[in-house]
Amino acid sequence: MMANKNKPKNDVFIIGVGMTPVGEHWDRSLRELALEAMTTAREETGAMRPEAVYVANMLAPALSRQSHLGALLADFSGMRGIEAVTIEAAGASGGMALRQAYLALASGMVNTALVVGVEKITERVTAEVEAALITSSDADYESIHGLTQTALAAMLMRRYEFEFNVPEYAFAGFSITAHANGAKNPKAMFRRPIKLETYQRAAILSDPINMFDAAPMADGAAAIFLARGDVLPSNPPFPPVRIDASATAVSAVAVHDRPNPLSFAAAEKAARIAFDRAKINQDQIDFFELHDRYSIFAALSLEAAGFAAPGEGWKLAESGAIALNGQIPICTFGGSKARGDTGGATGVYQAVEAALQLQGRASEIQVADARIGLIQSLGGIGSTATTHILSTVETL
Amino acid sequence: MTEERDQRIMQPKSPVGFVGYGAYIPRYRLPATEVARIWKGGASGTPIDEKAVAGLDEDVITMSIEASRNALARAQINPADIRAVWVGSESHPYSVKPTSTVVAEAIGATPHTLAADWEFACKAGTEAVQAAIGFTGSGMARYALAIGMDTAQGRPGDPLEYTAGAGGAAYILGPADESLAVVDGSYSYTTDTPDFWRRADEKYPSHGERFTGEPAYFHHITSSAQELMEALGTKPADYSFVVFHQPNTKFPQRVAKTLGFTSEQLETGLLVPRIGNVYAGSALVGLTAVLDVAKPGDRILLVSYGSGAGSDAMSMHVTERILESHELAPRTEDYINRRTEIDYATYARFRGKLSQ
Repeated sequence: MMANKNKPKNDVFIIGVGMTPVGEHWDRSLRELALEAMTTAREETGAMRPEAVYVANMLAPALSRQSHLGALLADFSGMRGIEAVTIEAAGASGGMALRQAYLALASGMVNTALVVGVEKITERVTAEVEAALITSSDADYESIHGLTQTALAAMLMRRYEFEFNVPEYAFAGFSITAHANGAKNPKAMFRRPIKLETYQRAAILSDPINMFDAAPMADGAAAIFLARGDVLPSNPPFPPVRIDASATAVSAVAVHDRPNPLSFAAAEKAARIAFDRAKINQDQIDFFELHDRYSIFAALSLEAAGFAAPGEGWKLAESGAIALNGQIPICTFGGSKARGDTGGATGVYQAVEAALQLQGRASEIQVADARIGLIQSLGGIGSTATTHILSTVETL
Repeated sequence: MTEERDQRIMQPKSPVGFVGYGAYIPRYRLPATEVARIWKGGASGTPIDEKAVAGLDEDVITMSIEASRNALARAQINPADIRAVWVGSESHPYSVKPTSTVVAEAIGATPHTLAADWEFACKAGTEAVQAAIGFTGSGMARYALAIGMDTAQGRPGDPLEYTAGAGGAAYILGPADESLAVVDGSYSYTTDTPDFWRRADEKYPSHGERFTGEPAYFHHITSSAQELMEALGTKPADYSFVVFHQPNTKFPQRVAKTLGFTSEQLETGLLVPRIGNVYAGSALVGLTAVLDVAKPGDRILLVSYGSGAGSDAMSMHVTERILESHELAPRTEDYINRRTEIDYATYARFRGKLSQ
């Protein structure tokens, strides 16, 4: 299981995590949310000071009129003088910030880093949030026609249903599973399970996407503290989680530029590279934190990562394979659908949740004997994908 | 009650109450399904059944006069004895030139009277009532007239268009021994919370969507109601009726439950499903519906909400005089039942929504 058994000092570990509840934080600012998550992650390391801070964010310039978050958050958290930068890759910003931190540590140039994802959505009304979100699509060829992200996802879902002759309500299981898990996650935005009838009665947002096919955008911040193997603290309070593989790829931004719009090519490639690097296969994955901004994304992500053949991802939802005790549990903390989608911070939430699973700290939503977890975040309509494989460490 | 809390609660030196009250609701009704039909909404239900719409020849001035005449009929006083005519509204016909002078003249309260227009979003009316309590309770005036009335604006296609209705109520404050309901005390809770606004020269208001809920309506109403009840030593079970500001059906139902009131205590004054949100008149016309059926000894809690934001809570108890007052003017239900349904096109014409 240990890819670099002979050189653990070059391995990269998660040694502290923190996250705020996801929701409508009307009375808390961008920097306050980030500080809470950063502070918790640092406290778990015994208050270590990182050498670098990587901030994941996509919407602050548009919604909070605030860019330059690297300096802002390093300063606000009392860490002037360190290296700090913002990473932006739309909804994949969180996974990409983790990737950049991983590269820095694996190279040996940086020994410790704090990755913090933060998003403050409730500064603005829906129309302004939609306008900000659509900037991650192709402005000249998609957004200009008034295509929102939801409209683009709806066209994918419609085409998927047509191509693969999918029965009505085939995607319901993704939403029902997400809400069942979210109900047991104290940090989730929605903490109530839903029934099939609730899904069936939901209002249509953009046909065929209904309210329960789409994740809510909400405020939140999550942080992870990373350290190289050679600077791991002795006797850490929580077992370190190793990053066994990190990979990323992009495909066309515009959906119409893709040879096969029903394949998330970037996700497929990033997953393939990650599995190769970790030298494992799909059967060894104990759970998969995928990016379910829309239920169709969950199906396409499962297919891209090799858990289902094209056109068959929805069957894993219907059969219960994605449940906590299923063959491939997904969105164990509720995913974007129930935990809430925090835009550019989502990938960091996924990493925190995966670490908690691997450390056995997931309480009621613990996946039994979780030893290897896969996380994948998507930017735009799957144009950017980042994939990480994390594992528990037997001995160091 | 602590001394600090004691000082926060507003009680006049001399006891005062409502000497007369009157409602007014225009006859036209726009069903919410009509708004949904035009704007392709309402898939997950509409916030109310229908709203009251003012006719072509009606505005806050004419409607205030109607309600005031009803209040005078119940008060049985000489209008010349009224020392203040105060009108709270978001729809004053003029930006400069008072609504209140026209109302005062029409009901015979001029010239020996104050007249002023009040503005605090949907709680301008209860704010005028509180000022009238102070004005009469201090002995500066025997009677004061406080009105909350609106012909509310909602931008075409905005969720508010389902609910923005027309109507309100007028109250004459005076000595407790002449009152049909005596004020126990009141309290105001105010913060700088920008949930809903309309800038000068804008035709329609803007709002912060879901921000209008938890941090705005719910926080302010629960804060003011709880503070007042704690100071007065009352609890929800002590009240026969409770009336909240009612922007839609769900909000007052939810806040009632949170505070520990039953649906029975709420339903008499919950008019929003049938007349819409009448803004500055909303809580006050809910109170007229309650007074219409109240019996001596009943205790009533009134809690308004105004965006921007604040909430006025007021506790009162009903006297014997209520019985003789009931039939002296049309009841609120009479106005609600006087109903002519209109379609969206007629509504657009009545409300001046057509502009090229």
